Amino acid sequence: MWGKLSLQAIPLDQPIPLVSGAAVIVALGALLIWITVKGYVPYLWREWITSVDHKRIGIMYFVLGLVMLLRGFIDALMMRSQQALAFHAAGYLPPEHYDQIFSAHGTIMIFFVAMPLVIGLMNFVVPLQLGVRDVAFPTLNSVGLWLTAAGALLVNVSLVVGEFARVGWLPFPPLSELTYSPGVGVDYYLWSLQISGIGTLMTGINMVTTILKMRAPGMSYMRMPIFCWTSLASSLLIVAAFPILTATLAMLLLDRYADFHFFTNAAGGNPMMFMNLIWAWGHPEVYILILPAFGVFSEVVATFSGKSLFGRRSMIIATMAICILSFSVWLHHFFTMGAGGDVNGFFGIASMIIAVPTGVKIFNWLFTMYGGRIRFDSAMLWAVGFMVTFVIGGMTGVLLASPAADFMLHNSLFLVAHFHNTIIGGVVFGVFAGYTYWFPKAFGFRLNEALGKAAFWCWLVGFYVAFMPLYVLGLEGMTRRMQHYDRPEWHPWVLVAGVGALIILGGIVLQIAQLVSSIRNRERLREPTGDPWNARTLEWATASPPPAFNFAVLPTVTSEEPYWDSKSRAREAGRWVSEEPRYQPIEMPRNSATGFVTAFFAVVTGFSLIWHIWWLVIVGLVGAYVTFVFFAWRDIAETEISAEEVARLDRANREARAAAFAPQALP
Amino acid sequence: MSDSALRVPPAPYQVRPDAGGAATLLVTGHGAGGPAPKRIVVGYGFWIFLLSDVVMFSALFATYAVLFKNTAGGPTARELFDLRNTAAETGCLLASTFACGMASLAVAERSLKWTQITLLVTGLLGLSFLSLEFREFAHFVHAGAGPSRSAFLSSFFALVGCHGAHVTAGLLWLGTMMAQFHFKGFREDIRHRFLCFSLFWHALDIIWVAIFSLVYLVGTLPPEMLP
Repeated sequence: MWGKLSLQAIPLDQPIPLVSGAAVIVALGALLIWITVKGYVPYLWREWITSVDHKRIGIMYFVLGLVMLLRGFIDALMMRSQQALAFHAAGYLPPEHYDQIFSAHGTIMIFFVAMPLVIGLMNFVVPLQLGVRDVAFPTLNSVGLWLTAAGALLVNVSLVVGEFARVGWLPFPPLSELTYSPGVGVDYYLWSLQISGIGTLMTGINMVTTILKMRAPGMSYMRMPIFCWTSLASSLLIVAAFPILTATLAMLLLDRYADFHFFTNAAGGNPMMFMNLIWAWGHPEVYILILPAFGVFSEVVATFSGKSLFGRRSMIIATMAICILSFSVWLHHFFTMGAGGDVNGFFGIASMIIAVPTGVKIFNWLFTMYGGRIRFDSAMLWAVGFMVTFVIGGMTGVLLASPAADFMLHNSLFLVAHFHNTIIGGVVFGVFAGYTYWFPKAFGFRLNEALGKAAFWCWLVGFYVAFMPLYVLGLEGMTRRMQHYDRPEWHPWVLVAGVGALIILGGIVLQIAQLVSSIRNRERLREPTGDPWNARTLEWATASPPPAFNFAVLPTVTSEEPYWDSKSRAREAGRWVSEEPRYQPIEMPRNSATGFVTAFFAVVTGFSLIWHIWWLVIVGLVGAYVTFVFFAWRDIAETEISAEEVARLDRANREARAAAFAPQALP
Repeated sequence: MSDSALRVPPAPYQVRPDAGGAATLLVTGHGAGGPAPKRIVVGYGFWIFLLSDVVMFSALFATYAVLFKNTAGGPTARELFDLRNTAAETGCLLASTFACGMASLAVAERSLKWTQITLLVTGLLGLSFLSLEFREFAHFVHAGAGPSRSAFLSSFFALVGCHGAHVTAGLLWLGTMMAQFHFKGFREDIRHRFLCFSLFWHALDIIWVAIFSLVYLVGTLPPEMLP
């Protein structure tokens, strides 16, 4: 009846996951009760859960990413503290638990933190920057969000029901095969990623279609904001790379569930084929994450330097060059496979070549700042911190791209330091820059600057204290994923790295304080003009928060920085120059529970597949199919916002602009 | 059918004709006209999905190529494949895609009767393809050449089976499509869905042509002709 599932699945003998799991359940339960008692359920259902508005979906992606960041960071703290204690000792985490923690840390940070944060920003910003009203497929967007959340939920369920994978963030066979990993851990990993991977693919398709087919009139490709370009490149990579992940994980699932022999040692299977396939997805994946961050920095640096971006065309070319080159370097993840000098040489050189377009970008940002009137708001601080940190990470990457050096350094903490250097210094800083930059657009008030700057300095200093020692440790020969060790020369560096993690913890606490304090003081931080940073792109032309339809009339784009140009005209004229448009009713897509219900059935299906509860698998699949038919059957897909309502909302925005550009308000 | 069912909904976004004036719309490159109409957006998005599906199949093809000779002492492709069965499968699938093309014409003519007849033929031919494939698979398993026998057979069953799973999903979609035409008529959004379905069905043929050539024809070549 219940397959492999029994009460033994709850780890009663392991106090750490049990207590933390129980705490999370109690906290979630309390939150649900509070929401219900306060009567927020109908509001949440109507305005958020069933919403197909790209802005709401973007915000929900972001919230998912931030919550999972806390989970992933707790894993990081546990690893650092275990290694700090485990010199000539067992530490407090037994190997089988420690292995689950580093596996969960990597899986969560990439798939359920970095991806939702980046996709959240793309969802929120891209249609606004393109000057349109929504993405190409709003309901599909909602399905994508909830499938990602379903994957995240399954990963967290593994904390209290069963176990998580112990094989690392990528399940390399033959260790991940049934022979060596007979438990449900790898199955949790595989099904969570298959479900969320479908969601990511949907987002990629949606974004590519939106950017290529739905732009405001007059917005030719070369007039698209850089963030849209990098989102396009990232989405193209999603479309081209995620199917490889799906196929590869499906093969491992067939090996585990149906006795296939893709990656086994027996019957002609080939484990190294898994390496090739997974990294053919995995290397483009790092550019899927970093390219949108590059886009954020391009917007932030231009805005806070008060200048147009330097070398816009070269920035676009560099972005697309990285997009293509990212598919030609996957083998550098396993030079030690022994493919021979020629193959390794090719992939080593290809990897180094990627540093060229990246260098072009760095110089473009520097030259944008050069001669600019720079304002060091916290969004800009993240950008400057990124430039310094990412260059270091990039250079250690070029070092690792040399096969001869890689033979010594692969699988060491040098590698761990390198990719944290690029992912924290690049993706995380980029996401926080974007968070600070677009928060006022999303909610109509700014974040507390002082706390934001303090958080930035904690993250920056904490990052260097936590990860520079790892370079040293790697050079001293310490491999990654060690549960304990006995080399005395490593111990001090491990302790320093632990202190660094605590400093980053300080940064996270300050960010939580910043959010709470900003919400409490939102009236003081309110930003009525819709353009708090004197920015340049179209998203700042509408109100903050933008109305559901974004723009009452689609803007007509005549240049690369349409909003900046209209502001320049207003400054010259001494007033906000624009005629009131003729308002017309607007059709907007109707809310739909399809995404949420589909995700519910996806969780049911995934969970029952993990535990071999076959009848429930059928229930889940039939449920998902019925949901789609139900959606296909609806007759009214759109709701109309009346012309009066459009006029009312837009006039308020126009008045705020006019006030900001009234003669007495101008400098 | 009610009038409202036939009413063509307005374009997704109305552009104010006098917004900015005609002169400012003179730009180079794409994007001059604002968002594309719904039909273009839907078809384009589905093409992107199909491309992603092709990427997934490429991973399976690559795997098959790598594992082709890893028969682990078990049967080889040349010993197993029967090209007569493959020819029959191919015939069914190509005829099915032809019938689907006819269905597109019937939809364009707004003929419900011919739409349903051609879609039914499409589905029956697809079903024949599936039953031929199932028979082949059952025969292999019965002869001790199931997916567990060798890595070669694992990759064969996964690649060809993945195509078969797509055809199965397509049949489910086809049935749903027929029901939608029956109950909702030729509403615009349903015609868009049908456009996607026909793209899907034709794309499965393209995949099959690759399977037919690279798996069955190459697999039955004499060993000395193989690389």
